[in-house]
Amino acid sequence: MTVIANLGAAAPELFLAGAGIVLLMFGVFRKSDATAQVGWLAVAALVAAAGLVLTGSKGSATLFNGLFVTDGFAVFTKLATLGASALTLILSLSWLAQEQVKKFEYAILIIFATLGMLMMISANNLMSLYLGLELQGLAAYVLAAFKRDTLKSTESGLKYFILGSVASGLLLYGMSLVYGFTGTTSFDKLAEVLSHHPSTGVMVGLVFMLSGMAFKVSAAPFHMWTPDVYEGAPTPVTAFFAIAPKVAAIALFIRLLAGPFADLVGAWQQVVWLISILSMAIGAFGAINQTNIKRLLAYSSIGHMGYVLVGLTVASPEGVRGALVYLALYVFMNVGAFAVVLSMRQKGRAVESISDLSGLSRTSPGLAAALTIFMFSMAGIPPLAGFFSKLYVFMAAVKAGMFGLAIIGVLTSVVSAFYYIRVIKIMYFDEPVDSFDRPATANTVILWGTSAVTLLFWLWPAALINSAQTAAQVLFPG
Amino acid sequence: MENLLREYLPILIFLGIAVAVAGIAVLASYIVAPQRPDPEKDSAYECGFEAFDDARARFDVRYYLVAILFIIFDLEVAFLFPWAVSFGDVGMLGFWSMMVFLGVLTIGFVYEWKKGALEWE
Amino acid sequence: MIIQGLAFYLFSVIAVFSAVMVITARNPVHSVLWLILTFFNAAGLFVLMGAEFLGMLLVVVYVGAVAVLFLFVVMMLDINTLNLREGMAEYMPVGVAIGVVLFAEIAAITGGWVLAPEIEAARAQPLADPGAVSNIQALGNIIYTDYIYLFQASGLVLLVAMIGSIMLTHRTRPGVHKQNIAAQLDRGRTVELKKVSTRGGI
Repeated sequence: MTVIANLGAAAPELFLAGAGIVLLMFGVFRKSDATAQVGWLAVAALVAAAGLVLTGSKGSATLFNGLFVTDGFAVFTKLATLGASALTLILSLSWLAQEQVKKFEYAILIIFATLGMLMMISANNLMSLYLGLELQGLAAYVLAAFKRDTLKSTESGLKYFILGSVASGLLLYGMSLVYGFTGTTSFDKLAEVLSHHPSTGVMVGLVFMLSGMAFKVSAAPFHMWTPDVYEGAPTPVTAFFAIAPKVAAIALFIRLLAGPFADLVGAWQQVVWLISILSMAIGAFGAINQTNIKRLLAYSSIGHMGYVLVGLTVASPEGVRGALVYLALYVFMNVGAFAVVLSMRQKGRAVESISDLSGLSRTSPGLAAALTIFMFSMAGIPPLAGFFSKLYVFMAAVKAGMFGLAIIGVLTSVVSAFYYIRVIKIMYFDEPVDSFDRPATANTVILWGTSAVTLLFWLWPAALINSAQTAAQVLFPG
Repeated sequence: MENLLREYLPILIFLGIAVAVAGIAVLASYIVAPQRPDPEKDSAYECGFEAFDDARARFDVRYYLVAILFIIFDLEVAFLFPWAVSFGDVGMLGFWSMMVFLGVLTIGFVYEWKKGALEWE
Repeated sequence: MIIQGLAFYLFSVIAVFSAVMVITARNPVHSVLWLILTFFNAAGLFVLMGAEFLGMLLVVVYVGAVAVLFLFVVMMLDINTLNLREGMAEYMPVGVAIGVVLFAEIAAITGGWVLAPEIEAARAQPLADPGAVSNIQALGNIIYTDYIYLFQASGLVLLVAMIGSIMLTHRTRPGVHKQNIAAQLDRGRTVELKKVSTRGGI
């Protein structure tokens, strides 16, 4: 029975699993359509899970025979993931109501996907890592093809599924090599074995695992699926994909490399360095010619992942702190940006072309101002939140003597500022086309909240920075 | 290990005989029987009619749903075998662990029943 | 020992050959049949390694269920076999290059297969002693207790697969009369018997 002692540390996961099952039954047994009820209950469940994460044990604990770990790092990233899921789910609910989609399973799949992400964050074994990833991935594939009667959505689901399976295959191949050469899948034992005997086989396995992971965070050169999937998937699903899974996958990336593979830092540092630079460059140059706002945000998210990975390349507590701060602010900026995209509706129909934003400053000034804040912030213009996230990452890189990385990072942010500012220019200086419909109340509230955070982050940066610091410190004992 | 594989030797022999018999049957008919093909003989036989259309009719997607639900329950049952074999050793934890697992899948079963996925119409 | 070696080469040669046939067969249905042959041979290889249960599972799940699903899918898609092969020559060099790279990696790894003695000692035993406990029991002893977390997680993965497949393919067709046994039995006496007078009519 020692296996299941200390179950309390996994309370958020257990609660989410139970909530998902109960809501599934609630939804299917209700005679009338239960999309809205199940949706709001799911939001409540995600918030409650976040509460459980907060009130749970502060220290580190492993349970289930060492397959699962909770620590300060997990608490930080889990809160970011749960927050992102809950916010995007709220955005989705107004979309579901507007499009009159009657499918309560949507919220259930979000819950299970989020559960998978929490499992990824808490993975302490290659097997639990993989199962978490698959649970999240499987739910995501279905969500991408959610509007099954439209060609684009099914195409996006299929692409995501096939490429995601390839990534899982790469990951599994790498994991099997690592297992073959070390004889263990447990992170703790891996760290122990690799500190004495790093062998070539493990390196090759590690490279395969890195490729698989880069796929999941959509970092270049494994980013090809991102623009297509983001464009084709229903917009709230895109919002979900762009935020929550990224946070969880990056957390997993960090835990994996700073934990069991910490002693192979020389091997993975160059790979992550390359991935990071490529992502920043492709994110900056790929977005320039986009006409669809979802594709633009897809390239922008590729770029952002590059900046986050700068923090990981540095492989120091400062670097990881920078990455965590970046992730947390990324959640706010992107939720806000997608809230604007979801408010782009003309005469009851959703539009998603950048030219539809023309003259938005005159037709709906509030929306235009909010999008301006997010775009400036993503471009890294002070004193908005995005500036600080980039600042901490680059500071860590400079401190570690990686000037090249920092310089390329700054250069690509300048390039990417071009297309962010182009959107602003279109909103403020082009002739207005049709005006947008009134956005849903929930969208407006989220828009206000996220733009306030992005705009006023510089007033109280300490809270976030300090908690990121504590979280990062956990991974670098001694 | 050796013992284990020795137990499989009859199966290997059986496989060999099966392959041999099948191969001989095909080969023998190929060699012994007269082979005089002509277009009429090779054409598809459809009760004396000319072939109507391509035999490759498209299946309804409902077959797929049934098949994938079958696979899911097939996997569930696959987990029951080791459980049944080591039932005496896994104790109460093993018992309830399986009960929870079955419970989760029963929830899925109830869901698909209520959804009408099991009805053919 | 000789038989074991022979069986290994037999299974692996057939497995590789049929795997090649899966991707080169002209007819997709034939591809699926070749795939089944691959599965059978892989199952044979599993048994040779002492992983009996996995071998049997491969036959039951992959041959029995997954291959059937593949057949359904192949028949569901209106595949024109000629169109499928378009661009094959174009992608061939890339595919071959990837294959060569993967092969070189495996060769390099197996060539450099050195394990430090303490790793060798620390290795988790991949198989329990087959003489002491059967393969299936060795698995059963740990899946449900030591690995309960993974076991329950796979249950959830299956649940999500179930929800997902229903969500993506199930549709309620309008205007179809379904059998509702309870309602039909519950219908009560709506048929009335009437005494009709002769020559009177109703």
